[in-house]
Amino acid sequence: MEKPKYHIDIVRSFINWSILWGLVAVLVGVIVSFQMVNPDLNFPPYLTFGRLRPLHTNAGIYGWGVGTIFAMFLYIVQRLCKIPLWSPALARFQLWLFNATIIAAAVTLLLGYTTSKEYHELEWPVDIMVVVLWVVFAVNIIMTIMKRQEEQMYISLWYMLASIIGVAILYVVNAAEVPVSLFKSYSAYAGTNDANVHWWFGHNAVAMALTAPPLAMFYYFLPKSTGVPIYSHRLSIISFWSLIFMYLWTGAHHLLWTPVPDWIQTLAMAFSVMLIAPSWGSVFNGYLSMKGQWHQMRENYLVKFLILGITFYGLQTIQGPMQAIRSFSAFIHYTDWIPGHIHMGTLGWVSLIGFAGIYYLIPRVYGKELFSIPLANLHFWLVLVGQLIYSVTMWVAGVLQAGMWNAMNSDGSLTYTFMETMVEMYPYWWARAVGGIIYLLGVLVFIYNLYMTVRKGSTPAPALVEAEGRA
Amino acid sequence: MWEKKPVLFMVLATAAILVGTIITMVLPFVWVNTEADRIEGVVPYTPLQQEGRDIYIREGCNNCHTQTVRPLVSEVLRYGDYSKSGEFVYDRPFLWGSKRTGPDLARVGGKYPDAWHYKHMAAPRSMVPQTNMPDYAWLSKNALDPAMVRRKMAVLDFPYTEAQITEFATKNEMDAIVAYLQKLGNDIPWRNTAKVEIVGNLDNPYTGASHATMEGWENIFDENCAACHGTHMEGDIGPELIGANYQASELFQIIYNGRPETGMPSFSSLGTDKVWKLANFIKDYNRGEGHHEQQAEEHK
Repeated sequence: MEKPKYHIDIVRSFINWSILWGLVAVLVGVIVSFQMVNPDLNFPPYLTFGRLRPLHTNAGIYGWGVGTIFAMFLYIVQRLCKIPLWSPALARFQLWLFNATIIAAAVTLLLGYTTSKEYHELEWPVDIMVVVLWVVFAVNIIMTIMKRQEEQMYISLWYMLASIIGVAILYVVNAAEVPVSLFKSYSAYAGTNDANVHWWFGHNAVAMALTAPPLAMFYYFLPKSTGVPIYSHRLSIISFWSLIFMYLWTGAHHLLWTPVPDWIQTLAMAFSVMLIAPSWGSVFNGYLSMKGQWHQMRENYLVKFLILGITFYGLQTIQGPMQAIRSFSAFIHYTDWIPGHIHMGTLGWVSLIGFAGIYYLIPRVYGKELFSIPLANLHFWLVLVGQLIYSVTMWVAGVLQAGMWNAMNSDGSLTYTFMETMVEMYPYWWARAVGGIIYLLGVLVFIYNLYMTVRKGSTPAPALVEAEGRA
Repeated sequence: MWEKKPVLFMVLATAAILVGTIITMVLPFVWVNTEADRIEGVVPYTPLQQEGRDIYIREGCNNCHTQTVRPLVSEVLRYGDYSKSGEFVYDRPFLWGSKRTGPDLARVGGKYPDAWHYKHMAAPRSMVPQTNMPDYAWLSKNALDPAMVRRKMAVLDFPYTEAQITEFATKNEMDAIVAYLQKLGNDIPWRNTAKVEIVGNLDNPYTGASHATMEGWENIFDENCAACHGTHMEGDIGPELIGANYQASELFQIIYNGRPETGMPSFSSLGTDKVWKLANFIKDYNRGEGHHEQQAEEHK
């Protein structure tokens, strides 16, 4: 069969922009980590911790995370469907709207226009931009799938479609708000209801935007990089359906011990523990696919990113359910442990898979061999060490903090005042800032390597081009 | 077969997503925030308080401060009565937060006098030396917008009087945020119920403690009292304590239970031992070393 002419320049653009927003996210992350240890680094009104931290999370999730997802999905969908994109013009529009939305988000957040809802801070006009953006993206992907030349939908397409549907439902329901002015609105829900709706959104945004899409990429890039198929198709099916069924029950594990009704908390706790099974289903599917291929961990830098990525996914999905248990949540919730957990997921799992995907695509969309594999390895070690310093110091800090918050004297009084517990955090916050800088260096190496590839990289080996001919 | 039929696949996936959604997210609306949830005494925000709440949101205070006290021993001791659903019925959006870089604020209302908040918001380190909270002195330069708050109150359907709007002319954003903080958690009379009845004799365990012994207690005073009563007890927000003519047992009661009507917070969370140390420290430390030797003589 003749190879269809795929649209790759749009993939290129999305890669470039998502890397830019990723750099912004990490840079702002490093800045806020220094604001934590030195309050003189707050420059009101625009550059205070309270306004910069949402910018950090939004740039990370929506700029880097979703930007990479757009790039990867637009690439993968064409290969798996064996046809070009349904509408390249729509994809071009999507790119402009994506960047306009991220810029609007950054500007409004710094101006203090925020709903305050974590990971859904954007006010209603920007919300509308996000919804239009997602619909444009969804239409293009779905229409491409409808018109596909390959009858069977591969695993990656399931996760893609689930992500598209899931994010749409979550975002629209949680965005319900009544405008007061152009940049101020009040939530359609009040108090405990608002909290419950929000964390239903919050936790499942992690599922549908930061779990399903990286899994879609992992299931595509692992076999592509190693040259061996996924170990078990049946395991993929079971993992997929149980994952998307169970996730939606677990939002209230963010609200254990709050006024949210107990039975919702209990269901959330139970389903969170059950979620270990589908999560680890994918982890083991990845590991078992490596049977007889482990030598590639030494030889193939792509495999290193992918396998470490899925390993952090495995660790994340055992730590998460642990935190969702009432007794452990009572101890650890609200402490610095939690940022440690989140960053293992974002810096470890999501970003490592994103990096792998980009390294895989660069030679294919630019037609040039990677400038330097040693630099890619340096990038790997810097981001790995940076992230581990971040997460491990925050876990230690969180346990210390929780222990001090709960410490009591024999007469039943508290041993420490709040400030006595906070002061103990400073050394750990310093260490975290150092971890952030190392991670930032890793990202800079990554960007330099890609820049040099585009400028000076050699043309790819014929084998690579040939490999591209296959789906 | 669903692997070959995208429309069927999308229908099935949507159904899988909706089951948990309906049960844990939609269904709770049947019970939450209904009449059964209501608590008498919980009232909507005034225009000034609502304005303060919106400043709290704008500045992202919820990134570092939570607003839910969990029903856990250490938490109730530290912050006060645990939070109840009915206390949040007027909160749009909820502001429970997810991280306590700073302390929980669900019960901060009435804990400190207004003057404490003004000084602390403007220059946090002047009150709490090692805090990492940014300065918000600039809020007092920002005026409030009466037209905007009318629209807000209309959207929220909260009652207000014209007088409450007129007073905006003389208020700024700092006044608004302090007004908001002072409302937090204060709609239910939890402070009265939390007040500890002290029974039996109050025997001062540190009668006649030497000046040298008390020197070691200075840090308890510095951390808990100095911000309001001055590093040398010269008085500031709270009264001067030098030569305060109280019995140690009276001081113990004042410190332990506080005097809410004057703005003096309760320090029961410090425990009886530290409170006794403070009572003795305040009573005798400033009288110098000679006094203690003399007192010790008398005891013999």
